[in-house]
Amino acid sequence: MPKLVGQNYVPVDHVAKVTGRARYAEDYRVDGMLFTKLLLSPMPHARVRSIDTTAAMAMPGVRAILTADDLPDLEGAERGLTNEPMYAGEPILAVAATDELTAAEAIERIVVDLEPLPFVTDPLEALRPDGPSARLNGNAWGAPPPGGPGGPAAPAPLETIKWTAEDFGDEESGRLPMGKALEEWAFGDLDAGFASAAIVLDETFVAQSSGHHPMETRSAMAYWQNGKLFIHASTQSVAQTRGNIARWVGIPPEDVILISEYTGGGFGSKGGGAVSTSIPCLLSKKANAPVMMRITREEESYIGRARTNMTGRAKVGFTKEGRITALDLFIVQDTGAYGPLGDHRSAGLAASLIYQPAAMRWRAVNVLTNTPPRSQQRSPGPMQANGIMEPVITKAARQLGIDQLEIRRLNSPEGKALFGPVLPTGQRNHVTSAFVKEALDRGAERFGWDERKTRTGKRQGSKVRGIGVTVGPHGAGSIGWDSIMTIRPDGKLYVQSGVGNLGTHSVLDLARVAAEVLDMPWEKVEVVWGNTGNHLPWTCLSVGSQTTHGMTRANHAGAMDAVRKLKELAARDLGGAPDDYEVGGERVFRRGNPGRGMSFAQAGRRAIELGGRFDGHDLPEDINPMTKASATALAGLGLMGVAKDTYPRDGITYGFVIGFAEVEVDVETGGVTLIDFVAVGDVGTVVNPRSLVAQIKGGACLGIAHALFQKSVVDPRYGVSLSDRFHYSKPLSILDIPASMHAEAVGLADPETPVGAKGVGEPPVGAGYGAVMNAISDAVGEDVFRRAPVTSDIVLMSLENGRRMHAPLQAHV
Amino acid sequence: MAVIRDPMPAFELFQPTSVADAQALLDRYGAGAWVLAGGLDSFDWLKDRIKRPAALVDLGGVAELKGIRERDGGLEIGAMTTLTEVVHHPIVRERYSILLEAAESAASPQIRNQGTIGGNVSQDTRCWYYRAGWPCYRAGGNICYADTPESINREHAILQADRCVAVSPSDTAPALIALDAQMVIRTSDGDERVVPAQDYFVGPAIDITRMTVLQPGDLLTTIRIPATWAGARFYFEKVRDRQVWDFALVSVASAMVVKGEDNGAIIERIRLVVNGVAARPLRLEAVEALVQGRPRNESTAVIASNRAIEGAQPLRFNAYKLPLMKNLVKRAIRGVEGGTWTS
Repeated sequence: MPKLVGQNYVPVDHVAKVTGRARYAEDYRVDGMLFTKLLLSPMPHARVRSIDTTAAMAMPGVRAILTADDLPDLEGAERGLTNEPMYAGEPILAVAATDELTAAEAIERIVVDLEPLPFVTDPLEALRPDGPSARLNGNAWGAPPPGGPGGPAAPAPLETIKWTAEDFGDEESGRLPMGKALEEWAFGDLDAGFASAAIVLDETFVAQSSGHHPMETRSAMAYWQNGKLFIHASTQSVAQTRGNIARWVGIPPEDVILISEYTGGGFGSKGGGAVSTSIPCLLSKKANAPVMMRITREEESYIGRARTNMTGRAKVGFTKEGRITALDLFIVQDTGAYGPLGDHRSAGLAASLIYQPAAMRWRAVNVLTNTPPRSQQRSPGPMQANGIMEPVITKAARQLGIDQLEIRRLNSPEGKALFGPVLPTGQRNHVTSAFVKEALDRGAERFGWDERKTRTGKRQGSKVRGIGVTVGPHGAGSIGWDSIMTIRPDGKLYVQSGVGNLGTHSVLDLARVAAEVLDMPWEKVEVVWGNTGNHLPWTCLSVGSQTTHGMTRANHAGAMDAVRKLKELAARDLGGAPDDYEVGGERVFRRGNPGRGMSFAQAGRRAIELGGRFDGHDLPEDINPMTKASATALAGLGLMGVAKDTYPRDGITYGFVIGFAEVEVDVETGGVTLIDFVAVGDVGTVVNPRSLVAQIKGGACLGIAHALFQKSVVDPRYGVSLSDRFHYSKPLSILDIPASMHAEAVGLADPETPVGAKGVGEPPVGAGYGAVMNAISDAVGEDVFRRAPVTSDIVLMSLENGRRMHAPLQAHV
Repeated sequence: MAVIRDPMPAFELFQPTSVADAQALLDRYGAGAWVLAGGLDSFDWLKDRIKRPAALVDLGGVAELKGIRERDGGLEIGAMTTLTEVVHHPIVRERYSILLEAAESAASPQIRNQGTIGGNVSQDTRCWYYRAGWPCYRAGGNICYADTPESINREHAILQADRCVAVSPSDTAPALIALDAQMVIRTSDGDERVVPAQDYFVGPAIDITRMTVLQPGDLLTTIRIPATWAGARFYFEKVRDRQVWDFALVSVASAMVVKGEDNGAIIERIRLVVNGVAARPLRLEAVEALVQGRPRNESTAVIASNRAIEGAQPLRFNAYKLPLMKNLVKRAIRGVEGGTWTS
């Protein structure tokens, strides 16, 4: 067997990417193509009274103008254009012209009469008794009603919730006021937990919002041909984006051909594509010409999505040994103008998992503000949970005189650890596996925790060092997806991949599993990706770190289907029973008699002759209609492996990464320098080692940036984004991290999936975020800050004044 | 009329090869002309469609504005010399290392390859309200959006604010002032005017719409660095959020000549400059006078730092600039002790 899983390889698209030959959505040109520019709302909340486009339409070269009236109604959900902008920067209309300059000049000649409406940019202001609401008919998303059997969960209701003046009574203390919550769950005996605790801490933390800012903005180009929409766009998830675009445009999914071979990053902002993609699609129809929409960096800062910011208050009880007896967690989440996002729920689940409290209550309000729209950003929720919880753990360890590593190890999950609320079944969920203690131990040794500990907190000149550790968790796998692959008469294995090429290599990695099961040399594997016209299977969204898990399962199932068919076909032609045959060396042959068999090329040809289920003319009943349509189109090309993942799974799949950081703080400037970073993942079997290390380091870097400087800033008086340029949002640069960072995985297989692999993209983010902030606390004190990013002004003011001086609760500063 | 921020509007592009030709173009287009050096400041304005010149005069082809030459025992740096060239010049490294450090702290390697020293000292402020095109005092309006009770003004001024609270973004400016550099300006009528670096920059009290003394039609041609401070004891530090592509929160530059040995060293002469605290880099002459003749030690540093922030008035989010400025002044006087960890 060629061992492919766990081996490095050079992805087939590498040369194209590094030489610039790879074509992203913006690189396409077609005959007669027009360009579009957008008119953005200057106000955070307003209603369009009227639009006068007369002067613009009279300009030579202006071909069409698209407004919200041209877009299908999405039952109140966000659309590409709007007549009631709910954040400054929201697109109101789009002009198509022969070039961008003309389109821009046309926009300057358009008069939009806007009626200003009340707005709010800070979630706590929206909850004040007489505070403004982000929308005319509500200010928060309520709890989503439970989904019907087998059906999707119903949408969360829009509600109006205002807290009382008494609720805000505690505000001066800097602690998060806690009024009525709209969502809540609990398990265990909270009161008994606090009663039995040796110490109880009650701390508030502000976790910031930040724009996703992938290097490739959400540019898109569309044209129509023979009634079909051809759309070049940037997405994390090719197969799953087709249906979204169809819905946004108002046509059936089968009429959409989505081409997205390369994606310049998404980090969750392009999970299922971008709603703005509907603009060139519908404008192209209206103008009867192809339309290119190039999104600028400034536009990306508005429409390009941002992380939800959360203000969390955690009351936590600890035994004198450091074990958590009770956790009472309250989260005010800022979900932006749209949503609802569920990060606050993921944060609650993550807290219950990685700190394993004996009893816990989680309460939350999911508040709307007139700020740029949110989407899941790499570790949405668990990262913020690390931010809210880690200062409390750190402070408890200090008070109890317990080592920071030890208290986290003591409270860490193990095996099929329980998490979350008590379900209607009376049980709590559990994870498929957790080898967190193994990862903590390995990381501590590699990092040299005990040795480094001896030098922390001691000043040398103006410098003082500190170390920190954090367990970053995240959901890491879904189930039930499909795969399609064909062994063709040319002797090659063609694997259809509906995953987006978003930089993680999972688009290709999944085929490594199929090839390994079939003992196929990698050189003879063709991965078909990046174009829904190429007949892709029903595939998970590449969000939530689920792809490696979900799609290795599906492709394992599909490859096993191909193996079965190869054996059946051989038995039929060469005698004996299917079980008498085995697969290897690009052949199917009689066990113990390698000469008696046929090559894969012959089998591919023979499958076509036989037809039926061998070549995809008869398909399994349980596959998704999208898979069925794709498999039907591919039928007759060779021996087809096609299957839905029906492998059992006991538990919910979570991945963990442990981050260890050492920082140096300059007490005269407040500046923080990251000296070293080590990360160890409990992420199952490693499929692609090089990519895994890149994922751990890259994810950690996002968390490190959030600990140190990355943020979004909104002016509260005018309600507009101030950090609307790339350098204002301050993503990490290469000089902000140590010259070398170490990452590895414990490599222990998850027992609940055939390949043993779990996702890795997200767990490192919270690990970086928490570890760096803990290291700062270790260096200069556990009460120096209660918000992120921990910039030099926060550290310096706190040290100079002997107490925290930063705004305790205000968001977006 | 709706506002849109991209793409760059059309303009006439001129690429003269001499200062005289450049100035003839500036004269011809008057207020409609825009001088382009490296473009790092200009293209922001132009792409944002906020500044809309009729003609762009690109100095990139004017050879006489480029290069570093020795002159009167010091250096003469052409205004169109890139920051990278400044950083790599052997004499800068040998005698004026403070300028090397300052130039190297600017922006990113890519920007330093393109950005010029003339542009670095002549660039406009980065106040994010002003740069977003808001009609503030500096833009000809009658309000400062950065100085209201709700403004987010962590990066703004603590000293010499006058209606406007923007700060100078230049990294090389404090180093040049510390070195007593002379700015050579060719005025619109062809005369040469030499202005000390510390007088090159203007605050809002003098002119709220400009950052420098340059008048329309003027060109900064060269920066002369005298021998006076060659090889002095220098200190430069720029505190910023991240190590690449970030402006200073506060920066400090000093040139010092001491007499005597380490512990008993007496400050014979000193020039001390901070930036990021006012609309122009501030030479702290009162502090210089205070410390001259005193021992170079902690107590002198403390006296100096207290004097340095006299009159400072913080805004809502920038009170940290007071202790930061104090501490940087202290370091500029007495140096900074590094850690001795070995990893």
